[in-house]
Amino acid sequence: MDDFILRALMAGIGIALVAGPLGCFIVWRRMAYFGDTLSHAALLGVAAGFAFGLDPIAGVIAVCVAVGALLLGLQRQHRLPTDTLLGILSHAALSFGLIAVGFMDTVRVDLMGYLFGDILAVSDTDILWIYGGAVLILGALAAIWRSLLALTVHPDLARAEGVAVERTHIVFMILIALTVGLAMKIVGVLLITALLLIPTAAARRFARGPETMAGATIVLGALAVAGGLGASLRWDLPSGPAIVAAATVLFALSLVAGGLVSTGRRR
Amino acid sequence: MASLIELLGVGVVRDGKTILDHVDVTVGDGEIVTLIGPNGAGKSSLVKVALGLERNDTGRVTRREGLRVGYLPQRFAVDQALPITVRRILTLTLSADEARLRAALAEVGVEDLIDESIHTLSGGELQRVMLARALLREPHLLVLDEPTQNLDVGGAVECYQIIQRIRDRTGCGVLLVSHDLSIVMAATTRVYCLNAHVCCSGHPDDVSRDPEFLRLFGPAGAGTLALYKHTHDHSHTPHGEVVHEHHHHDHGHDHAGHDHAHHDHGGHR
Repeated sequence: MDDFILRALMAGIGIALVAGPLGCFIVWRRMAYFGDTLSHAALLGVAAGFAFGLDPIAGVIAVCVAVGALLLGLQRQHRLPTDTLLGILSHAALSFGLIAVGFMDTVRVDLMGYLFGDILAVSDTDILWIYGGAVLILGALAAIWRSLLALTVHPDLARAEGVAVERTHIVFMILIALTVGLAMKIVGVLLITALLLIPTAAARRFARGPETMAGATIVLGALAVAGGLGASLRWDLPSGPAIVAAATVLFALSLVAGGLVSTGRRR
Repeated sequence: MASLIELLGVGVVRDGKTILDHVDVTVGDGEIVTLIGPNGAGKSSLVKVALGLERNDTGRVTRREGLRVGYLPQRFAVDQALPITVRRILTLTLSADEARLRAALAEVGVEDLIDESIHTLSGGELQRVMLARALLREPHLLVLDEPTQNLDVGGAVECYQIIQRIRDRTGCGVLLVSHDLSIVMAATTRVYCLNAHVCCSGHPDDVSRDPEFLRLFGPAGAGTLALYKHTHDHSHTPHGEVVHEHHHHDHGHDHAGHDHAHHDHGGHR
């Protein structure tokens, strides 16, 4: 197998490792639109990275954390609902990002790459970033897992039982921001949310507990990466969309298989 | 005896609207305190302030040092997207061995549900699981926000019996919120009638005659509060029969019945 394919596969599986468990919490907490907002903000991060001479991933992480903080701040006033705030932040960040990128002649060429990802161009440095980030993200997630699950089930109950709700929430947002930064290169900013949501949705039918669901999501995510990559090479498809399409096929299969399971026994 | 929890002159204002106004509420060891009031009276806000979930703007909330609280929130629904068993719900924020989990579930009569998915439980089963969950914390104070709202009358009576049994066994204090006047707990020590401020409070008997109470709930409400005495009177009979009693109550009889039962209960304790 060629080196670049191997690197692409490794990078994709590294992303699936973090996208799985985090995607579960995004689905459980009904935060799909939050993931979307951060991925739209990622483009502004790319521009910021170039403007300040940083790695685009660092720029993306910084902007995503800033957007998350902004959202938390805006949520404190209770007059506008969260989905409206997210809509504003999402499209504002995307617009500012596109404008900023428009100012930069050197980046304009790569715009498609950032929007849709370029997994076949993954470098050794990227893989280092991804696996370093994955270890950090999974370690932090393991540390807050219990608190995060408790506050996902019922925030007030968790708080009454001594869970540090605010702190856990902030750490979780930072972890999503990190994941968006890492995943950007693989599937592109427009499709990151798909990688967080679709394998999770596919795993739901087959899990009895939160931990097994997170594990199943990782496996399905890795399968989607491998399948999408294979299809991309074979039929010369754009790699990011091919991975998301493969995940969608897995989701469709899970619906069929789930239908068979539920006719077999009641769940 | 120091109170488990004491609210003194507590006020809460949100967006210029007074939610709570100079509210004094205390719960002591072994007491069952019932908070009643119409919808929007601030009952849940009071509970949240008592638990430290919401900030009070005025007044003081004092919790006994090291107070362990078992809390049953008003609404508890787990998103269908999250697969989770009863066992995992019980151990969300604490660790306990199998024997303790089973004992807690057995105390509320649902031991066989331990490996069920939370999504398949009925309203009554879920309520019992949540009670078991609160029990596992070995609480000094049980805070129950409308525990009977999704139960039918029989289910509500059973729920109250379980709560009373837990109180009798552990000696914990109970703070109970209810908007449903048709059945109130037999063993209630004190009722607070809330409508942003405490309209009246005291023994259920006194409250049901209080003009403020009559103004808030009308004569129909006062009639139903008499049910305290019936349930109290019949607290030793098997459950179920208690329910149909209140259709043919008469006040003169009630009082005799209640006094008798009250003495009974004092000796019992």
